[in-house]
Amino acid sequence: MQQEKITGAQAVISALLCESVQTVFGYPGGAIMPIYDALYDKMDELNHILVRHEQGAIHAAQGFARVSGEVGVVFATSGPGATNLITGLADAYIDSTPVVCIIGQVTSKLLGTDAFQETDVIGISMPITKWNYQVTKASEIAPTIAKAFYLAKSGRPGPVVIDITKDAQFDQTTFDYKSCLNVRSYAPSPQPDLAGFIKAAELINKAKKPYLLIGQGIVLSKAEEELRQFVEKTGLPTASTLLGLGALPNNHANFCGMLGMHGDYAANVKTNECDVLIAIGMRFDDRVTGDVSRYAKQAKVIHIDIDAAELNKIIKAEVAIHADAKYALQTLMGLVEPKQHTHWLEEFRLGKDYEQTQLAKNKQLHDSTKIMMEDALKVLTELTGGEIVVVSDVGQHQMITARNYAYNKNNTNITSGGLGTMGFALPAAIGAKLGSPDQTVVAIAGDAGFQMNIQELGTIMQSDIGVKMIILNNSFLGMVRQWQQLFFEKRYSFTEMTNPNFVGIAQSYNIPGKKISEQTELREAIVELLEAPGAYLLEIIVEKEENVYPMIPTGASVSEVLLN
Amino acid sequence: MKEEFTLSVFTENSIGMLTRITNVFTRRHINLDSLTVSESEVKQVFKYTVVFKSTQEQIDKLIGQLERLVEVFKVFAHKNTEIIYQELALYKVKTDLLSNGAVEQIIRESQARILTVDREFIAIEKTGYIEEIESLFAKLSSFGILEFTRSGRVAINKAMIE
Ligand SMILES: Cc1ncc(C[n+]2csc(CCOP(=O)(O)OP(=O)(O)O)c2C)c(N)n1
Repeated sequence: MQQEKITGAQAVISALLCESVQTVFGYPGGAIMPIYDALYDKMDELNHILVRHEQGAIHAAQGFARVSGEVGVVFATSGPGATNLITGLADAYIDSTPVVCIIGQVTSKLLGTDAFQETDVIGISMPITKWNYQVTKASEIAPTIAKAFYLAKSGRPGPVVIDITKDAQFDQTTFDYKSCLNVRSYAPSPQPDLAGFIKAAELINKAKKPYLLIGQGIVLSKAEEELRQFVEKTGLPTASTLLGLGALPNNHANFCGMLGMHGDYAANVKTNECDVLIAIGMRFDDRVTGDVSRYAKQAKVIHIDIDAAELNKIIKAEVAIHADAKYALQTLMGLVEPKQHTHWLEEFRLGKDYEQTQLAKNKQLHDSTKIMMEDALKVLTELTGGEIVVVSDVGQHQMITARNYAYNKNNTNITSGGLGTMGFALPAAIGAKLGSPDQTVVAIAGDAGFQMNIQELGTIMQSDIGVKMIILNNSFLGMVRQWQQLFFEKRYSFTEMTNPNFVGIAQSYNIPGKKISEQTELREAIVELLEAPGAYLLEIIVEKEENVYPMIPTGASVSEVLLN
Repeated sequence: MKEEFTLSVFTENSIGMLTRITNVFTRRHINLDSLTVSESEVKQVFKYTVVFKSTQEQIDKLIGQLERLVEVFKVFAHKNTEIIYQELALYKVKTDLLSNGAVEQIIRESQARILTVDREFIAIEKTGYIEEIESLFAKLSSFGILEFTRSGRVAINKAMIE
C-alpha cells in the first residue's frame, strides 16, 4: 500500500498540531503563501492571530511563551517579513525565551541570486538564535519542526528559526511525525555530581551571612515551589533579578527586593557584605553587578546554572554547578540544615526602612495633587493583590513597575530584560493574554515605547483581545532624560516628545479609554480599567521630570547606591 | 599573559557551521592565526583546528560558548607543548634555478622536497613548523618566488585519547 502524500505546507500545519500548538502569531506574504493556504483548512484547530507588523508577532509569541511556559510560534514571509523579526529574535535569545519562527523563503533554485524578497535569513539570524535551519525539501519539514521545538524548550530555552523555501512548501511528502527527544551533539540536561552540592551545602550551613540571588532560571525550570521550600528551610535572605521577579512572591518574609542598577538599596549593598553568595538561574548581568572588580569580593560564591557557559563567565565561583535549578534545589534541600538568620534578615529590613525614608523625601518635592508613576503601580498592586500579569515596556516606568508593583505570583512578570526593547509591552501583552486568557493582563508603557508598536492596537481590535493598557505619559523619553539630567548637565537633546491623542487613537480602534492627570482620579480610573469587559486604554499624565531612585551609576559598585 | 592556543572543535557536518564557529571569535574581537577543517577519525564528525593567541581565562569562556552551539560535540584547548602539529607550504620557483646548485642545497637542507618539475617552474613542498617554512621562504626569496601558499595548522594531541 502506498503511503498518502501531503504538501510540505500541509506538513508544517500538521507538525504544529502534533506539537499541540494552538496559537500562531503571523503575517503572510508571497514566500509563505502555501503555508497560509494550508492553514485555511485548519483554522478551527490552529488559532492564527494576524498582527500588524512582524515585530508584533514575535513579541506576542514571547509574551505567550513567558506566561504559559510553552513555545511561542510565529509565521512570517521572506525578506522584509523575516528582517522585521530580528529585534524579537535578539530579545528572545538574550532572555532565553522559547520561540519557533517559521519563515517562507524564495524557491530553492533562486537561493543566492538576489531574487525578489530574498534575504540571507540564516546568516542574519545565526548569532541571535539558539539554532536555525534552512529547509529545501518537503520531507525535511516534519523532522526539522520536531527538532526546533525540542531545542527551543530544552536546556536553556531560546528562539529557533526555520527558513522554508517555497518549493519545499509546494512539494509532496509522506508525513509521519516523530517528536524529537535527542540531538546527538546537544546535551540539555546536565548530570551534575553530588560533590558540588555537598560543598555548596557545607558553605551554606556554615555561613553567618549567606545571601541568595535568583533569576529567571527558577521560572524557566518551574522551580518556584522548590525555591520556596529551600528558602524557608535555610532562612536565606533572597533577592531577585528583574526577570526573576515573581519566582518568590514579593510578600514572602525572606524576599529582600530587586538587584541591579535601579534595584533595592539593601539588596545591592548586602551583596558586598554577605559571606556566602548563592546565585541560582541568573547570569550576573552588568546591570546587576555594577563594577565587577568591586562585586562580592569578600564572599564565597556558589553559582548554579543550566548553561555551562555562564559559569565563571563574569564572576569566579568557589563552587560552580552546572545544573537545572529545580534539580539543584531538590538536591540541596536534602543537604542543608534548617536555619533562621533572623538577625541578618533584620539588617535587610533596616536597609529597606532607610531606603523608604530617603525615597519619601524625594517624593515630598513633588506636587502631591499630581500623579507620580509609582502611585499608579501602588494602586494597581492594592487592587489586584499583585496577582495579575503585568507586562512592562522599557524605560523609567519599567523600573518603577519592577520596584512598586508587587509580583506575588509566578509567570506574571513579563518584560524585556537583556535587550531592553522599547515597543515590547503592547505586543507581548497580546501574546500573554492569549497564553493565559483567564488572567487579567495589563501592559504598562511609556508614551514613547507605546508608539513603537502602537499599530498592534489593530490586532487587539480584529481578534478582540482583552488587554488592558496603561500609558504613563511624561512627554519625555524619560529614562534617557534622567541620564541627560544626571550625567550630561541637563542638556535634553531630543528627548522631549510631542504626543498624539492616545485615547482618540484607541477609540479609532474601537478600544475604550480615558485620560487622567489628577491624583484624585487615579484609583477610580484603575478600577474602571480592571473592570472593563475587554481591552481598555488608560493614559495617565505623570510628573514630567521624575527620576528613578535608587540608582547605581554605570561603573559604580553595588555599594554606591544613590538615593536622591 | 597571552600565548598561542590550538582549539580542536568537533562538530556535525552541517551547512553554516564555519560561520557559527567564527561568530564566537568575532563577537569577542579575536583574530584567528589559522583555521583548518576536515573530517575527523569519526565519519561525519568534523574537526576545526583553530590557532590564535589568548589567555587561559578567555579560553575557558570561549570553550563554553562554542560548546553551547547545538551542533558542537566537544572542544579541546591545547598549548603548543601538548600537541604534535605541522603546517604545509608550497613554493613555486623558476625551473632554471635547478641548474644553480645553491637552490638544490637549500631544498635538501630544509628537508623540503620537489613535488613537480615543469618546463618553466618547479613546485617545492615543505612540511614543518611555521618558523621553518618562513626560513625556507627567506632563503628562496633572493632567487625569486613566483607563488607561495601555506596551510593552516593540523594538530593531534600528545595524550593517548582526548
Ligand atoms: C528600541 C529602543 N530604542 C531606544 C532605546 C533607548 N531607550 C531606553 S529607555 C528610553 C526612553 C523610553 O521612554 P518612554 O517609553 O516614554 O518611557 P519612560 O522612560 O519615560 O518611562 C529610550 C529611548 C531602547 N531601549 N529601545
